[in-house]
Amino acid sequence: MVFKVTNLIVTLIQGLSLGSIYALIALGYTMVYGIAKMLNFAHGDVIMVGAYMIYTTVALGKCPSILGIVISIIFSALLGIIIEFLAYKPLRRAPSLSVLITAIGVSYFLQNLALLIFKSDPKSIPTLFNLPPLHIGDKITVSGETLFTLGITVVLMIALTLFINKTKLGKAMRAVSEDKDAAMLMGINVNRTISITFAIGSALAAFASLCYGMSYTYIKPTTGSMPGIKAFTAAVFGGIGSVPGAMLGGIMLGVIEKLSMAYISTQFTDAIVFGVLILVLVIKPTGLLGKKINEKV
Amino acid sequence: MGEKKNNNLLGESKIKKLISRDAVTIYIVIVFYAVYSAMIYSGSASRQMLNMVITLSCYILLSVSLNLVVGFLGELSLGHAAFMSVGAYSGSMLSVAILEKFPQIPLYVRLPIAMLFGGIIAAVFGIIIGIPVLRLNGDYLAIVTLAFGEIIKNVIINLDFTGGAIGYDTEPIYETPKNLLPFAAVAVIVSVILIINLAKSKHGRAITAVRDNRIAADATGIKITYYKLMVFALAAFIAGIAGVIWGHSLSIIKAAKFDFNMSIEILVIVVLGGLGSVRGSVIAAIIMIILPEMLRDLQDYRMLIYSILLILLMLFNASPKLIAIRERFSVKNLMAEAKKRVAEKKKVKEGSANE
Repeated sequence: MVFKVTNLIVTLIQGLSLGSIYALIALGYTMVYGIAKMLNFAHGDVIMVGAYMIYTTVALGKCPSILGIVISIIFSALLGIIIEFLAYKPLRRAPSLSVLITAIGVSYFLQNLALLIFKSDPKSIPTLFNLPPLHIGDKITVSGETLFTLGITVVLMIALTLFINKTKLGKAMRAVSEDKDAAMLMGINVNRTISITFAIGSALAAFASLCYGMSYTYIKPTTGSMPGIKAFTAAVFGGIGSVPGAMLGGIMLGVIEKLSMAYISTQFTDAIVFGVLILVLVIKPTGLLGKKINEKV
Repeated sequence: MGEKKNNNLLGESKIKKLISRDAVTIYIVIVFYAVYSAMIYSGSASRQMLNMVITLSCYILLSVSLNLVVGFLGELSLGHAAFMSVGAYSGSMLSVAILEKFPQIPLYVRLPIAMLFGGIIAAVFGIIIGIPVLRLNGDYLAIVTLAFGEIIKNVIINLDFTGGAIGYDTEPIYETPKNLLPFAAVAVIVSVILIINLAKSKHGRAITAVRDNRIAADATGIKITYYKLMVFALAAFIAGIAGVIWGHSLSIIKAAKFDFNMSIEILVIVVLGGLGSVRGSVIAAIIMIILPEMLRDLQDYRMLIYSILLILLMLFNASPKLIAIRERFSVKNLMAEAKKRVAEKKKVKEGSANE
């Protein structure tokens, strides 16, 4: 095989695009983990719900694309709040494994509800925007969807970083994730902060479903699980609880996946991706940007 | 080990041992299988029940073995199904090979050999997976077990000698549930007895010590590496055996079946049954396998109801508020009194033992 620089660049861009989707989902995982100390396994399925909302509004309801997307994002954010309120809030001080199982229950619930409403056959997401592909030189063509994904991810990441670091709410979120009880003593409304975190995480998932739907076009009730697992992996890869870690982890995972697909083996891609993950974790047990926890005796 | 020592004590302790919590667990399992096989061999069991028995046995094996890792060792594992698939593939392959080379060897020799082989191969994988465990904790470990599970699935699907994505043809070694039941029953009963005795032994206490406080356990000279690897190997061994039985009950095995969802299913059983409770795992496995079957009439709504029940069960089980309410308005008072009495008795006994 002749090694071509152009191929490499195209692969890298595809990897960045896929990685952006992972990163958007991983942000939801990591924010919720940071603040509620729980693995929200239902997060992957929020993507699926978001995608079906776009399908319902745009393909069935004939809404304009923008309106459909806005509805989908708002709906997902509300869904995140509702899930938190009904299923996770009562278990705030319960053992973490119980919360994990509840999250799995919620995940099953969402999948089966979607299965019941939309049936198991794949639905196609209509073309939302007509985005012209970008040509760089003669050989490199980047599709409009890819550019859109990259662009929206960059914007969202900057916005999120600013939100967490500059606003009062962001400060409250950091405080709650640091020490819930101390934050409460300082007059922070912990319940509201956690709800907002879930809302933001789910809204990001809706953006991810938008990008996913545009690139892959078909959705099924189980659409969310594999990206969900990959994004969860990405969050841990970057150091769970760390927002920059989730961004880095997601993008790296996407790039590794596309590179191994193009240059090593298509079939063994998953094995390679997860193998790299294990290697990283064995060398650096708290992920790339995770905080090192000192053991106290 | 602990048993022999107890035998030297008074006859009273012998009786107590016979009706102890752990013994009751073993009785439950034995009675369950006795009743089940009586129904099956007398022909009064429905087809559905007959078909379910092997699945049920496999899930009991899987959940008690995962309980070793999650409940006793305190490490979250999300890739337990992978050990089962390793066992299923290796055991079934050996079984097929034996059948081809030495067709005169009867089932009751071939199957145990295959079970042992599948178990050992799975245990080797358990040790390989256990190695990163030594450096990782909590959610990071969970993700590594998940990743290993996905890798094993991915590799099996893409290898030639495993039959690839189409699956491995186990038609020649297929056995009816009736033929497999004795093996499954023995495997379950032996595993349950083994795990209960392990939990009570010196090793079991060392394992729980590692779970409760790793540093303190280390300081008292418990070999953490040894125990962690031992638990992973043993859990994988039992899961591997379950895999071999499973492989013999189907005409084709597919690696895709042993995915993340299956691992989660087993974890759900373990958590519902109660961490560290062997009896809980057994009962929860029975309920969780039979429940979806019972809901079968509801067809499309089956899994939806199942998921709602799961959430409600967890809320009811673990929500601090609900627990408080339950404690106030339940037989709790009686229980507390009974507990107090037992504690007093224990105190008296300890006092006399000290004398």
